This record gives sequence, C-alpha cells and structure tokens, in this order.
Amino acid sequence: MICQICNKKPASVHLTEIINDQMTELHLCEQCAKEKGIAGLGQPFGLQDLLAGLVDFGTPVPSGKKTALQCPNCKMTYDDFRKIGRLGCSQCYETFKETLEPLLKKVHGAVQHIGKTPLRDEAEFKIKKELQELHLKLQKVIQAESFEEAAIIRDKIKKLQQQGD
Amino acid sequence: MKINDLVKQTSGWLKGVGPNSEIVFSSRVRLARNLEKVLFSNWADKEKQEEALAILEPTVNALEQIKDNGLYLKMNDVLNVDKQFLVERHLISREHITKSGAKAVVISADETLSIMLNEEDHLRIQILLPGFALDECWNKIEQCDTALEKKLSFAFSAKWGYLTACPTNTGTGMRASVMLHLPALVMTKQINRVIQAIVKLGLTVRGLFGEGTEAAGNIFQISNQVSLGRSEEEIIDNIKRIINQVIEYEQNARQVLCTKNTSSLDDQVWRSYGILKNAHIISSSETIELLSNVRLGCDVGLIKGLTREVINELFILTQPAHLQKLEGKTLNAQQRDVKRAELIRDKIK
Repeated sequence: MICQICNKKPASVHLTEIINDQMTELHLCEQCAKEKGIAGLGQPFGLQDLLAGLVDFGTPVPSGKKTALQCPNCKMTYDDFRKIGRLGCSQCYETFKETLEPLLKKVHGAVQHIGKTPLRDEAEFKIKKELQELHLKLQKVIQAESFEEAAIIRDKIKKLQQQGD
Repeated sequence: MKINDLVKQTSGWLKGVGPNSEIVFSSRVRLARNLEKVLFSNWADKEKQEEALAILEPTVNALEQIKDNGLYLKMNDVLNVDKQFLVERHLISREHITKSGAKAVVISADETLSIMLNEEDHLRIQILLPGFALDECWNKIEQCDTALEKKLSFAFSAKWGYLTACPTNTGTGMRASVMLHLPALVMTKQINRVIQAIVKLGLTVRGLFGEGTEAAGNIFQISNQVSLGRSEEEIIDNIKRIINQVIEYEQNARQVLCTKNTSSLDDQVWRSYGILKNAHIISSSETIELLSNVRLGCDVGLIKGLTREVINELFILTQPAHLQKLEGKTLNAQQRDVKRAELIRDKIK
C-alpha cells in the first residue's frame, strides 16, 4: 500500500475514523505521518490535525484547474489550503467549493446546514431550503411518474423563486 | 474587574452543584463565529487582526454579562503566568496563548461566559456551568449569540451554515461537551469498552485539560464531533442520551465497588485521603490521582465533612499557575510541590 499523501513511499501508519457509522481509512508513510504530527505511539491527535491530509483524500490527483484556484478575497491558494487544512476567509468556501463539498461530507456525513440561522438571513434561508426540498420532491414524483403532482410542485417552485428574487 | 480578582473566587463550574454533580463536573457549549469576508485570524497579518479586533471589541464589551463588571484582556498585555492561569481555569484555550498575534478575551464576572477574540475563529464564545446542564448552556449562549449578531454580520451560508476557519466546525459552529468523573468505570476496568462505544457513536473523548491531554484523575471530556447537518438541539440531545447512559454505568460500577469490593475501595479512598492530609511535598499528577479517589470517597458517602466544592476547587488551585498566583510570586517546580502540599493540608482538615 502506498502513502496517500506523497503517493511514493509505502504506507506504514494506518488510521481509521468512524463518523456517522461511516468508516474512513487513511494510510500514510512514516515521514508524512510525522509531518502531520501523527507519528509516535500513544500520542493523542484529533481529526483537526488530520484535516490537511484529508483535503485531497478520496478525489483523484487534483487537476490543473483546481490547483490554480485562488480566493479573490483573501488570496489563499488551493495549495495553501491543502497544506494548512484551514480556510482563509468566508469567501474561500465559495472558491474551494469543489474540494470542500466531499470533505465536509466526509467529516460530518452531511452537507446541508440545519440549525440556527442569523436573523437577517432567516427569510432568505427558509426560501432556499424550501426550494431545495421541493426540487428533491420533484425528482421523486417524476421518477414515480406522478406528473400531475409534479406540475403542482413546479408551480410552487416558480412562485418561491419569484419571492426569492 | 481585574485578573487578580479571579484568584479570590471559585469558578462557578467548580461549585459541585447542578444535576448529576456526583459524576458530572461541568457542561460547556462553545460557538465559533466569524465576520463576513474579514480574513480569518490565522491567515491575517497583525494589521488585519487588529482591524478585526477593532470591529469586535465594542460589541463584546457591550454585552449584558460583560458591560458592568466583565474583564477585557488583550493577550499581548497579559503576563505569562496569568495566561497559564486562564488556561487552567478553562477560560481560554492553549492555542490562544501559544500563537502570537492580536488576540483578546472577555470574561464575565462569574466566569460563566468567556469569549476569545481572534483565536482560530474571530469569536469563540463559551458558556461553562457546573453539573449536567447542556440545555441551560445552549439557552444562555444562544441569547448571547443573538445579541452579538444584531451588531455584527457573521459569515453564514444557507447551505453550509456558519462558516469557520476549520471545516470540522462548519455548520452550527457548535461544540458541546461534558466533563465527567468516572473512577468506578476505571477501577472495574470497563472504561475502555465505554470509550470505544462513545467514539463509535460519533463523539470525542479527551482529558481534563482538553485536546491532546490524558485522562488524568479519571476525568473525561466528551463532546460532539459533527457540527453540520444536525440542529444544535439535536446535537445536544444526542450527547445527553449517551451521557445519561454513561452516568448509569458509572453509578452501577460504584454500587458494585461499594457492595462487593469494599476493602479495596476503602483502602484506595482512605490511603489517598491520608497522603493528601499529611504530605509535605506532592506533584501535580499525584495530586490529581489522589483527589479523584477522595472525591469518589465523598460521593459514595465514605468520607464525611468534606464538600465536593473543596475537592473540585483543589483540582484547579493545585495547578502551577494557580499556586503562583496564590503565593504572589514565581515558584520553581520544587517550591510548587511544597506549596501544593501546604495548600491541600490547609483545605482538607
């Protein structure tokens, strides 16, 4: 087995994380594990420490387009994010969306926030959330070929979208 | 209020009161919040960090719990021993004192509320209460957060929730944790199985002083790992359900020790009590181990006339920075071991 960070040396440090009943395995060579602060038996470490190593995890070798990304607001590059495992500003979430989505899914087992919303965002948030739910429902009823119901949902979506604008 | 006023008082969370306080030391909820578009603290240079502080300062200082008698400290103006003192009191994180930069903290007079400014996130708001009181923590912190967001524009997306520097906090930005004293599960060798089960259920287990510390004194901190895709109430309910079971296991194990293994429990409790009462030189790690046994002795009714509050407080008062603050001067390790023993003899009579 080859190290998942350097893709060169054989992996000798094996880690397993279980989140939401989903098992994630990480295989590293000793040097990369040391660089991530994981080496040394019995030394405690948390998911946060592993994060930098997980940024690319599960996705193929990053394409040229992805590595050239840079946040227009804080100037953090994709490479910076990979190395540090932390974002530079709130805008980075938009910039590195493609990488973040699978990463957040891996860490939290979900990608849709449900919970407190700032007061100023409440109305807007509700509409967006409802729209997402309606779109999901629409897919289901179309699959089930209930076209009458689909038409009703489509109307609702249209109405909500107008409200949102 | 000044930092030296804290030395004279017992932190609210050490009072040994509140639901299930025979097993649960304290409950804590923290929220991570960031300003929209403003660079996150670790990615910002000193100047940008100062800018963020200038935005945050007036708002946190205007909070109800802070404005009259709160404490506002810029970390660069705080002495090293005072920094350590605040860490030992669980008011700031270790990261807040090891990383340099324009950082600050506000603390309410009763130490229930503390907010770190420019830690990893612009704001790390914490509510810390004695006993098993996560709902109360959430209600208090929610109010505080709402008061802050009336003045500050927090980074938030409808899809991903509150946006944080580390993707492990994205969503609710919430970490809820409970500090438990589990000596009977350790003594009956069931603790590893319990911890494994807790971890499998998606929670994290740590020691007395948080991330990267061992479970000294049979004290364990249990917190949620996931912050996205579940509401704050759901996350808290989930922890509560799991902790309730752990409490039940610990109660059962104590029952077993008290009925089947009495001499070995008696010996461990009274031996520890004897050493603490009579030692003239004692290290911090030995103190924590022995205090844990004495606390168990009190909680199962073996030792009478010693309150939980006194023991809880000793866990913190015997830490290095606290000893030096009490003494009012710098002490080396040997001097601290002497001072520590003296303090314990004075408190356990």
